[in-house]
Amino acid sequence: MTTAKLVHDPYNIVITGVGGQGNVMASRILSNMLVRKGYRITIGETFGASQRGGSVMSHIRVSESSVWSPQIPSGKAHLVVSLEPIEAIRVLARYGNPEVKVVSNIRPIYPSGVIAGEAVYPSDTEVRQILQKHTSRYWLIKATEEAVKMGNPILGNIIMVGATAAVGDLPISRDDFIAALSLIFSGDKREKNIEAFERGFSSLQG
Amino acid sequence: MSYLIDPVAGATYLLMGNEAIVRGALEAGVNVASGYPGTPSSEIIENLSRIARERNVYVEWSSNEKVALEVAAAASFAGLRALCAMKQNGVNVASDFLLHLVYSGTRGGIILVSCDDPGALSSVNEGESRYFARQLEMPLLEPGNFQEAKDMTKWAFELSEELKQIVMLRSVTRMSHASGNVTYGELPNTKRKAEFKFKGFILDPDEGIISSAPVEWRHKEQQNKLNRAKEIFENSPFNYYEGPEKPELLIITSSACYLYSREALDVLGLKDRVGILKLGTTWPLPPKLLTKYLAKTDKVMIVEEVIPFLEENVKVLAAEKAGEVGIKKFYGKNEGFLPMVGEMNPDLVINALTSILGITYTSVPQEYDQSAKLSAFVHAPVRDQVFCPGCPHRASFFTIRKALELEGGNGFVCGDIGCYTMAVRPTGFETLKTVHSMGSGMGLASGFGKLDQFGMEQPVLAVCGDSTFYHAVIPALINAVHNKSNATLVILDNGGTAMTGFQPHPGQDFNVLGETVPAIDMARICQAIGARVEIRNPFELNDTLQTLTELMEDKRGVKVLILSQFCALSPQRRGKKNYEMRVDETLCLGEECGCGRFCTRVFRCPGLVWNKEKGKAEIDQVICVGCGVCADVCPRGAINRKEVA
Repeated sequence: MTTAKLVHDPYNIVITGVGGQGNVMASRILSNMLVRKGYRITIGETFGASQRGGSVMSHIRVSESSVWSPQIPSGKAHLVVSLEPIEAIRVLARYGNPEVKVVSNIRPIYPSGVIAGEAVYPSDTEVRQILQKHTSRYWLIKATEEAVKMGNPILGNIIMVGATAAVGDLPISRDDFIAALSLIFSGDKREKNIEAFERGFSSLQG
Repeated sequence: MSYLIDPVAGATYLLMGNEAIVRGALEAGVNVASGYPGTPSSEIIENLSRIARERNVYVEWSSNEKVALEVAAAASFAGLRALCAMKQNGVNVASDFLLHLVYSGTRGGIILVSCDDPGALSSVNEGESRYFARQLEMPLLEPGNFQEAKDMTKWAFELSEELKQIVMLRSVTRMSHASGNVTYGELPNTKRKAEFKFKGFILDPDEGIISSAPVEWRHKEQQNKLNRAKEIFENSPFNYYEGPEKPELLIITSSACYLYSREALDVLGLKDRVGILKLGTTWPLPPKLLTKYLAKTDKVMIVEEVIPFLEENVKVLAAEKAGEVGIKKFYGKNEGFLPMVGEMNPDLVINALTSILGITYTSVPQEYDQSAKLSAFVHAPVRDQVFCPGCPHRASFFTIRKALELEGGNGFVCGDIGCYTMAVRPTGFETLKTVHSMGSGMGLASGFGKLDQFGMEQPVLAVCGDSTFYHAVIPALINAVHNKSNATLVILDNGGTAMTGFQPHPGQDFNVLGETVPAIDMARICQAIGARVEIRNPFELNDTLQTLTELMEDKRGVKVLILSQFCALSPQRRGKKNYEMRVDETLCLGEECGCGRFCTRVFRCPGLVWNKEKGKAEIDQVICVGCGVCADVCPRGAINRKEVA
């Protein structure tokens, strides 16, 4: 199989969010789409204890030829996909650089310290300013809102996968998504997921 | 059909390290697999159970790791191939049997897979299993990438059969839970018949009895096997060198640290100056191979997790071979170039290399780095781990804490291992005051409960989960009753091994193969042991509080309170709301309530949030799962629950 040349090799993606948002599923589907395109993929992820409402991260390394470390070195992310806005900010502090791109869900999940009144969650404007300052380009998507309209907030992760495909750095399409999906879902879930992908894809183009 | 049993040799899939281990075991024709759930090892047995029928594998979740290893060993003794999987501290549990097993030797190929957790990403320790290989004198293998995880697993069975010895395969979280491309080999059609032969000459390894005695003779045999392993390892394809003929510095590494080392050389552009000796066979070390590469340079850096196992072993070998390889300067953990604790990553290797070789490196402009870090510090508040919305543990600990307060505030709870361990943190109201290993909560409570003779007057509680109860709590409970200790055990029964993904345990009426099995009733066990037992639903806050208070006041020995309620993520509850919750803003006292916004400040459920603009509590309808408990927490009755039809 011939693989399309990557803009960077390895191309480094961080998918981040809060435990329970479907971070791992998003990283596995996106990676399976890329494997289908002939790339060598390494995913590093944390789950287990960190799943319980904590910050979670998957590191995806996309390469034409080589296995890379399951942890991206500091400052080397090319794309950050965030299922929750402040998780994008957290990831940029370690993996960001002036060239990085960010696609983030706009819907907050409040940390327990914020709920308890011990910490302050940034305003929408502050989030935008931080992303503006620390990325070469960023997109904020109403993924949870769209997913709720579709009947299930968990679909937010697939909407974000759709948006990631629309960034255009990686040669992946709706067909690749459908193929990767068939490894994981069947029937009714499949149709909903395809719709979520399409909504995510068009949200970035609109 | 699961992609793990795709019969096409040469097919490539994206596999998690644990899945690669499964595929390797299947390619080796594994017959029996056992284990006890523990992150990051659980997916091995889980995935094997899903294809058990199709591949004729017997798979079980055992009651603990020692029993699991005994079950796997029985298969080996009967001439079958067996795999036993556990997390690092499980090896401690299994180690008593393991000590004897390495003396007696094995028959069919058997591997012990230990998944260590450097950095304690999902553990309350970062214990090392590698030292068991040295201490118990058995071969140790460590895969350095995902393809190797498969290939090495398959080979480990062959090695075990050749040596007639159990082989330990050690993975780490960043291998087990990371994923990469894996190309498949053949799936064999094995037709092994199980038979335990014991009628031969007593010392015959294939047909005699299997025991650790006569000890010195067996021990010698064991060491002969280790020496044979050493010879085999000299030519293992899992050990290789990458780099220049005469490197300035030699990195010796294994496992995920190999990938971090390669990454660091790539980032710093050092591939022409620094070589990497990647080892897949880390005990016993192959001396000729090490001698060959140690002779290439005077500077040696060792990259590994967590404590300096490889480093110490290489240093001993370098001292023994000093005549051939010369005197080395080492750069490792003992020399302070790499940390002695926590997990490794490419950045730590980069830092060590820059300081050893005197080079400078910055990954991003300083101005960006400072600004991004400041933004995160100010605007990305820490996300503490929390119990899920609707978690029964939040309700249980809310009540336990209240009972202790009512009692006078001096009582305390000994914790145990599971999601409920998080009750050391604010999400569980900082209720737990000790946390150690599986079953230790009850063991400690048994001990504390005997200290009245020395003036101790504090009420003592222990908590454990349902799976933990069967694993290690029963002997501690027996001990407490037998020794007339005064303690109360609260069993947080959430209907499965929830933290690791709902693996069945002996209290349930089904097993991992989906068969119906006798459920072993924990209440009746506790009663048979001689404890007073009560069962309540933790979502009924008042009823639970009353019962617990009464049990704590009963000073006649050991009491058990079983709090039964399914985990919020369990198949029984997931996606099903019992109640629609609403906050009545006209009743909510907001900032004025119970020293300030009582429900959000104290109860801290992720589904019950604070509306800054209105100054009132509010339900986050996306996150709330409708357990209804907060309605009883609100002192004003401002939170309403409406049954969902």
